[in-house]
Amino acid sequence: MSMKASQREVDGVTVVDLSGRITLGEGSVLLRDSIRDLIAKGTKKILLNLGDVTYIDSSGIGELVSAFTTVRNQGGELKLLNLTKKVHDLLQITKLYTVFDVKDDEATAIQSFKK
Amino acid sequence: MNEKRVSYTLDSTLDSVDKAEEAAAKLAVNAGFSDEDRYRIAIAVREAAVNAVLHGNGSNPQKKMTVSYENTGESLVITIADQGNGLDPKCIPDPLAPENLLKQSGRGIFLIRSFMDEVRFRALEPGTEITLIKHVGGASPGVKEETQ
Repeated sequence: MSMKASQREVDGVTVVDLSGRITLGEGSVLLRDSIRDLIAKGTKKILLNLGDVTYIDSSGIGELVSAFTTVRNQGGELKLLNLTKKVHDLLQITKLYTVFDVKDDEATAIQSFKK
Repeated sequence: MNEKRVSYTLDSTLDSVDKAEEAAAKLAVNAGFSDEDRYRIAIAVREAAVNAVLHGNGSNPQKKMTVSYENTGESLVITIADQGNGLDPKCIPDPLAPENLLKQSGRGIFLIRSFMDEVRFRALEPGTEITLIKHVGGASPGVKEETQ
């Protein structure tokens, strides 16, 4: 299953709903392009909903890290929502779980962004 | 008889990476691994295949990747070889080091080592061969880390 990304706005936060596989190639490129487009539009608050992401490889992890640092360097915030167990374990093994701000409830996540 | 070994010679493309991963996942199902271990085996094979195709062979259409799968009954043994310039596994930076934590790349071999029970490298003339072994019913190193 290839990756899909759709965007919606909730209280000034752009929620990006991702599904499928974030792997080297189409998936990682789509994630990269989505983040670039949002930054180009001046978006500063981004919540990546990974609830329907079934699989991430090291390239996908790299894209998440790149997205996080790119948004942060632009003065924005990028947070992760609804990690599956597989993605949660990957981020723990790679010691990135504490780097990202990870949320498991959308309403709480939206409220946690700086006003 | 449980022993079964199959080998494929594949082009240096991302399509070959997908094929290598899919074959490993199917073999892991047949070998009776849990869903969690099947996922870990698939990721490890994908990472090794990506290394072979991109870093080893440099996506050179003249260079091939050879993938071998063997179910010994006790273990799943997967060997992936490239025809590149060689790799010294001792020279790979630690992706968990603070200075590397936010780097975009460099986690592939770390994930392979985390997800498989045994990982061996062998220098070829030319190229590198990596052997990935997962024992049926063996404890997963990732789980071990979490319980320590």
